[in-house]
This record gives sequence, C-alpha cells and structure tokens, in this order.
Amino acid sequence: MASVSAKDVLTKPIFANNPIGLQILGICSALAVTSNLNTALVMSLAVIVVTAFSNFFVSLIRNFMPGSIRIICQMTIIASLVIVVDQFLKAYAYDVSKQLSVFVGLIITNCIVMGRAEAFAMKNPPVISFLDGIGNGLGYGVVLMFVGTIRELLGSGSLFGVEIMPLINNGGWYQANGLLLLPPSAFFIIGMFIWIVRSWKKDQVEAPEYVLAPNSKQEAV
Amino acid sequence: MEQLISLFVKAVFVENMALAFFLGMCTFLAISKKVQTAIGLGIAVIVVLAITTPINNLVFNHLLREGALAWAGYPDVDLSFLGYISYIGVIAAIVQILEMFLDKFVPALYNALGVFLPLITVNCAIMGAALFMVERDYNFSESVVYGVGAGTGWALAITALAGIREKLKYSDVPAGLRGLGITFITVGLMSLGFMSFSGVQL
Repeated sequence: MASVSAKDVLTKPIFANNPIGLQILGICSALAVTSNLNTALVMSLAVIVVTAFSNFFVSLIRNFMPGSIRIICQMTIIASLVIVVDQFLKAYAYDVSKQLSVFVGLIITNCIVMGRAEAFAMKNPPVISFLDGIGNGLGYGVVLMFVGTIRELLGSGSLFGVEIMPLINNGGWYQANGLLLLPPSAFFIIGMFIWIVRSWKKDQVEAPEYVLAPNSKQEAV
Repeated sequence: MEQLISLFVKAVFVENMALAFFLGMCTFLAISKKVQTAIGLGIAVIVVLAITTPINNLVFNHLLREGALAWAGYPDVDLSFLGYISYIGVIAAIVQILEMFLDKFVPALYNALGVFLPLITVNCAIMGAALFMVERDYNFSESVVYGVGAGTGWALAITALAGIREKLKYSDVPAGLRGLGITFITVGLMSLGFMSFSGVQL
C-alpha cells in the first residue's frame, strides 16, 4: 500500500476490486433502491459523496484518534455526513427522498463507507483517501446503475421514467415483466453481474471448497 | 392483542428483513456457510433488536420528536434531524453494554456469540428496524413486538440459507458463479418463496 497511484485508487474498485462483486460490502442498501433508475442514481451519488468525505475526514484525523475508540469516531463522522446528505435531499429532491425512505439513513451502516474508512483512510493521507472513496463509490454506483437499467427497462419499459418500449397496456407492443420490479430479481441480476465480471476476469473466481471426484475408476482397472 | 400478533407475523414473514428489504445483507451472505454459526448470529440479532428497537422508540418519542421536549420546558424544539446519529449511538452503546454484561454474567452465551456481537453494530437490519419504527410511528408495545419479529425473521432466513449452502458445496457450480454468485441466486429463489407470503392479509 506504500506507493498507491491516484489512477489505480480511482479506477480499480470499478471492476477489478468491485466493492459489491468482490469485497461483499454494501449490498444491504444496493438492492432495494434499484427498481428504477432515478432512485438508483440518487443513491449512488449520495454514497459517493459520503464515502469520499468520510474517507477524507477520517484520514485527516487518523493520527489523533486513539485506537480503542476509533470505531465510534468514524461512526460519528459518517452519521453527521449522512444527516447533511439527508437534509439536502429533503430540501432539493423531496420526491426522491420520500421514495428512498429509510435507505438514505442506512448509508450509515453501509459497509462500504465503514470498510473503506477502516481499511484505507486509517493508513493513507487525506487526498488519496478522498479519491479512494470516490472510486469505491463509483464501483458501487456502476452495479446499482446496471441493475437499475435492467430492472426499469424490462420491468416497466422505461428509463428514468421516459418510455422507451411502449407497454401493451398503453397500446404499445411490450409486455412488461413484472418479476423484475419485485425484490428477488435484484438478487438474480447481481448474481449474473458477478458471473459476467468473473468470466471476464478469471482471477476473481473463488476456489472450490470441495472438488467432486471423477465418476469412473478406469485407472484402477 | 390481535393486532400485535398480526404485526409479529407480518414482521417475520411478509416483511422479512433479509429477504424482502435486503437488510443485513452483508453479514447475511458472509456468515452463512455453517448452520451452527448462523444460528448463533441469528440469536444475537434477535436479542439486540428486541432491546434496541424499544429504546430507540423511547429516545424518539421523548427526546427527538417535534414538541417531545415539552417536559423539559422547550415545547418548540424539533430535534428529529439528529435521529440517525442518536440511533446509531444507542445501538453501539447497547451492543457494548450487552457484551460486557454477557461476559460477566452469562459467559456460556458470550462464548457462543463470540465475534458476532460487536459486528452487529454495523448490521443494517438493526438500524433499518429503528428507522422503520420511526417512519411507521409505532408505539412502545408495537416497537417491542416489531423488534422481536424482525429479528426472528432475519434469524430464520439466515439459518435456512446456511442449510442450503451446506448442501450446495457438494454441487458442481460453473466456475464464474462459484461462491458469491450462486449464493445471490439462491437468496433470490428464497426471496421468491417468501414473496408468496405477501398475499396473506392480516
């Protein structure tokens, strides 16, 4: 971690070390907000802002924080930032903030924010930590937008609320796939996303815990 | 009474924390490889939820809500914007106290829960339950029932997933899907199963 370049820090988390796909961080709030693109976009922006600034501030005071109470210090910083974001959304994007309901508050317990603060910001200077926060926020955003696009396009035939494929109900030709608006579809899509990314970057494949023995015993004969 | 029972059933099945709201997903996926640990974690979540949700309810109703400080002589103060930071503070403090209490008086349980207890602070299900409780404006007894119910639902889901994953490790999964990928798909199927409860009218 001694010589981290700004570019690496910013771009690596997007595919090579994706917080959702590989680090299993921040899935909690990733799924419920993706049934349309609007909320997915707002949520991604909120997470990028919070992760970047929390990394920045944690890194700024990292040398003054006693180790035993660092978690609660980080929590306080994160919670304050989330309050700012929440109040901002309520003031300027009230509808979206209503739709996101509790999930804005849940950014506090989003493991990406906490995980990056603990794993990166505690050991690195402020500017690079800030970039790391943006990078990880982007990695999270990419997955969110990917899932959101599929769900909204196939589930209700539109993107950002603009009709792309006219629905049968409105005299068009596309029969909406209601399953994609329901919660389970998000799991399938993320599963597929992980599959695609791992087929492309083979080194991310997990080692099997248990290998099946071949069925035949020809060598023994 | 009937209303409380239906709230409980709703919190366990219809509005299952893990499978309908995706809360506590990180721990849900990371610590569900063995049934034994999954049960331990599930119990810890039930206990913490059953304690923190009612306490956050009290904090909200008597300190933060608009006009709640009337008893202290400040009827116009609205502190609800401090909600998030107070809830997470309460949760972190309760978990810490619980840990010390169990260590001193119930060491057997403390050893069984092990590292899971501190982890629970950052479990979204705990925070989520507090926020849902505020949003839906539950009263004190409702918040107790909701806390226990939500915890039970989560524990049920993680135990079931751990059971499936224990069997799943003997199956031949395509390379790219191994581990996390297939777990996501499994959870999706479970969640589809739990969707069938949503038709239940209570």
